[in-house]
Amino acid sequence: MMEDVATSSTASWFQATARQRVAGLLDPNSFVEFLEPSERVQSPHLQLFDLPAAFDDGVVIGCGKLHGKDVFVAAQEGQFMGGTFAEVSGAKLVGLVRAARDHKNLPQTVLLLMDSGGVRLQEGNAGELAVAELMRAIVQARCAGVAVIALVGGRAGAFGGAGLTTATCSRIAVSEQGRIAVSGPEVIETNKGVEEFDASDKALVWSTDGGKTRRLLGGADAFAEDSMEAFRTVAKTLMAKVPVLDLTTMRAEHERLAARQERLGACDDAVSMWRVLGIEAPETIRDMNSKDFTALANSMKESNHDAR
Amino acid sequence: MQTLNFRHTASRRLPGKKDKAIIGVVASGNLEVLLERVLPEAACEVVIATPIRGYDETWKAVVADFVERCSPGGLRISINDGGARPDTVYLRLVQGSSLMETK
Repeated sequence: MMEDVATSSTASWFQATARQRVAGLLDPNSFVEFLEPSERVQSPHLQLFDLPAAFDDGVVIGCGKLHGKDVFVAAQEGQFMGGTFAEVSGAKLVGLVRAARDHKNLPQTVLLLMDSGGVRLQEGNAGELAVAELMRAIVQARCAGVAVIALVGGRAGAFGGAGLTTATCSRIAVSEQGRIAVSGPEVIETNKGVEEFDASDKALVWSTDGGKTRRLLGGADAFAEDSMEAFRTVAKTLMAKVPVLDLTTMRAEHERLAARQERLGACDDAVSMWRVLGIEAPETIRDMNSKDFTALANSMKESNHDAR
Repeated sequence: MQTLNFRHTASRRLPGKKDKAIIGVVASGNLEVLLERVLPEAACEVVIATPIRGYDETWKAVVADFVERCSPGGLRISINDGGARPDTVYLRLVQGSSLMETK
């Protein structure tokens, strides 16, 4: 929609809005939006709380092309109410994934540009249901052969229902700024105390939930620099081949997670986990540039496993 | 929520062929502006939904300034406000109108 510096190939993914990410990710002028803002499919609930609605309820969905291949795309706007799952925004995501699941003539690749703190508290029940329906739809779509790729690198990260949804995808790409987890840092601090997790310690937060540690633990399949071009490249690579989702994969995943718990359960921070994983100088990871980090992660067994 | 509605007669139709555009995000100190070319040549309507009450005169002045400068004839402009300052509102209106002018 906008041709400006914010959507150019070197523009920051982290800083961009959902619409700018869609424009920067897809081939130029290939995006066709479903339920566009002028249709005003917005939240019917926010008015009760005297809160402003958004014309797209914070989710942009549609179809387009990535390096010439037809894709469905959905982008959460992390700046609008934390990119939250609610009745309308959730239904848009669920509808898109179900369309790919049910119609072989539609794009069989879905790119989910996650940027969300989880469920919108003002629409809690609808939001929780939306997350459950979306996860179910993703699993069914994957079983039907659809590739569902999560791209995580926004300000809100992917927390709560967004973290769960991300984990359900065929493949996950994350940038250093991106964070993937269920309970957010402040939630943990509030419930367990500052001794357990200090949410104001940004280095701690990012080393625990951030892109680098997720990639090293195998919780993400690819690492992207914070730019439109990097996410374009990584999405192209990931969607070219996705693992089959079947019972064997699920069993392997359970075994792997149990082994990870055993191996890393005693660690109390990210650096000690990286050391156990066999990284020679784990304290250098934090400042390592993207190129060296990508090479390191790609060389490790733990990071590259179809059973995530 | 407060809803404000301003009608203006612009000096000319806004050039360009684009029939709709959106700019900005509903976030703290920000706003989204949806522009639609649905009105007769010189007519312009601005509809604002804002959770911050009591700034009617400020909105009125910013919108009047914008219409004077950009002459957005033919546009219906709808705003969801997240508590943006007048300079941000003006910036988004001008950005939106220039998006509509692209071919």
